[in-house]
Amino acid sequence: MKLVTAIVKPFKLDDVKNALELIGIAGLTVSEVQGFGRQRGHTEVYRGAEYQVDFVPKVRIEVVVGEIEAARVVDAIVEAASTGQIGDGKVWVTTIDEIVRVRTGERGADAL
Amino acid sequence: MVNTGDTAWILTSAALVLLMTPGLALFYGGMVRAKSVLNMMMMSFGALALISVLWVLYGYSFAFGDDVGFGLLGDPTEFFGLAGLMEDVTTEEGGLPAMAFVGFQAVFAIITVALISGAIADRAKFGSWMVFAGIWATVVYFPVAHWVFDFTLTDDDGVVTHTGGWIANELAAIDFAGGTAVHINAGAAGLALALVLGKRRGFGRDAMRPHNLPLVMIGAGLLWFGWFGFNAGSALAANNTAAVAWVNTLVATGAATLAWLLVEKMRDGHSTSLGGASGVVAGLVAITPACSAVSPIGAIVIGAVAGALCALAVGLKFKLGYDDSLDVVGVHLVGGLVGTILVGFVGTAAAPAGVDGLFYGGGVDQLWRQVVGALAVLAYSFVLTLVIGFLIQKTIGFRLTEEDEITGIDTVVHAESGYDFASLGGGGSTAPLAGQARAEARNTEGSRA
Repeated sequence: MKLVTAIVKPFKLDDVKNALELIGIAGLTVSEVQGFGRQRGHTEVYRGAEYQVDFVPKVRIEVVVGEIEAARVVDAIVEAASTGQIGDGKVWVTTIDEIVRVRTGERGADAL
Repeated sequence: MVNTGDTAWILTSAALVLLMTPGLALFYGGMVRAKSVLNMMMMSFGALALISVLWVLYGYSFAFGDDVGFGLLGDPTEFFGLAGLMEDVTTEEGGLPAMAFVGFQAVFAIITVALISGAIADRAKFGSWMVFAGIWATVVYFPVAHWVFDFTLTDDDGVVTHTGGWIANELAAIDFAGGTAVHINAGAAGLALALVLGKRRGFGRDAMRPHNLPLVMIGAGLLWFGWFGFNAGSALAANNTAAVAWVNTLVATGAATLAWLLVEKMRDGHSTSLGGASGVVAGLVAITPACSAVSPIGAIVIGAVAGALCALAVGLKFKLGYDDSLDVVGVHLVGGLVGTILVGFVGTAAAPAGVDGLFYGGGVDQLWRQVVGALAVLAYSFVLTLVIGFLIQKTIGFRLTEEDEITGIDTVVHAESGYDFASLGGGGSTAPLAGQARAEARNTEGSRA
């Protein structure tokens, strides 16, 4: 099993969610996060004093899927989240050792 | 004879002015970081509580008792505890019950003290602030109110029945509603206190952004609303002077806000909401001494100059390295100076105060009076505040420890936090009863084991 983690621009969240539903993904987890990459931050001005705000708001999407589906999920996210501008985000895949459905106690692929 | 119309207006005005202090608490509270919003607001509420009591006990008498010499101080014993003012006596100015005047002037004393707190955000012990507030009101505000607001009165035969303060009478500077006594006074004190306490940790390095600009906007709105009582109420009657002051208060504030936003747009590329709120206050401050002495066009000039100058002045603290956290100096001292001194230029005999300034052919006669009045209050307040501040710093301590300041003054000093954003369960906290039950359950388990 794989965990696909994506950091994308907040306004792309709905597009990514729709794209994942279209390829049959049954569930995902979303959190609001902050950070910086090549886009760096932005500046804000208060009473003439400029502040460099280093962290940019982003959305983190996490999906747990089977081995084979992982590549399709990554492709769907990249396609849906891309604007071609700096700051579009990243997607990465990690291997999961175990997964359990809390309600039934099912394990592995059955729990997905 | 009590004039019921005047009395109704002054009691209403007094309530409007009282609302300015909670308004100021919102204005200041939104500008600090989330970890010190409660302390910022509490400094205003603390001033409300303390000064209202001191005013009744002896403050009114200090300010409006018969002069004890050279126009410097009122007789503290004359109205101690407001003795003798409860009977149905009208003020010697005319148809107001003395108590209406007492109440109206009380709220001026309160807001002047509260204004200073903006200079020392995030870092002053609350108890020390309260001690400071009481001492400062006693040795700085009450005497200065006597200088500026206490007019000498004569009866029909020209016999002096009451001797007032030196700025109002001997100097005859025009300060209609408190450009010197309130704003220059609080601004100079703010500067002195910011110097005594020193900079916040991380000043000029860390982003100390306002945590809630909508609060700042609401606060500025309430200040503007209350200020109609402050300025138009200072006519001490429901008459033409009050109406002129009202319109001048409206239009100067509009002009100042436009000017501040324009400066920002040209300098920074953005007109900001904080700039809009600040422009409102700068305009209100500047028109305060002048609102009975200028035409509405003169008011626009004063507002525009104040808005632009204050917008530039708030940057000085970074260049000069003093941490006047919420710009009491940049807005109240500079705005107060602009308004007080510009009376000497754009004052017109056509206005109720009836004095021509330099631009209306009056020469420099009024101008020098304005400058002397402004500088006298500035110097007195600055020096006395330095002394009071250092004395408190050296005795009971004024400033928080580094750890407490970084942790946040709200939790350390008041044992509260302004906001609970967590929506899960109890947000990480436990109710007193539930906490007790859990502790008992743990004990029972322990005894079983």
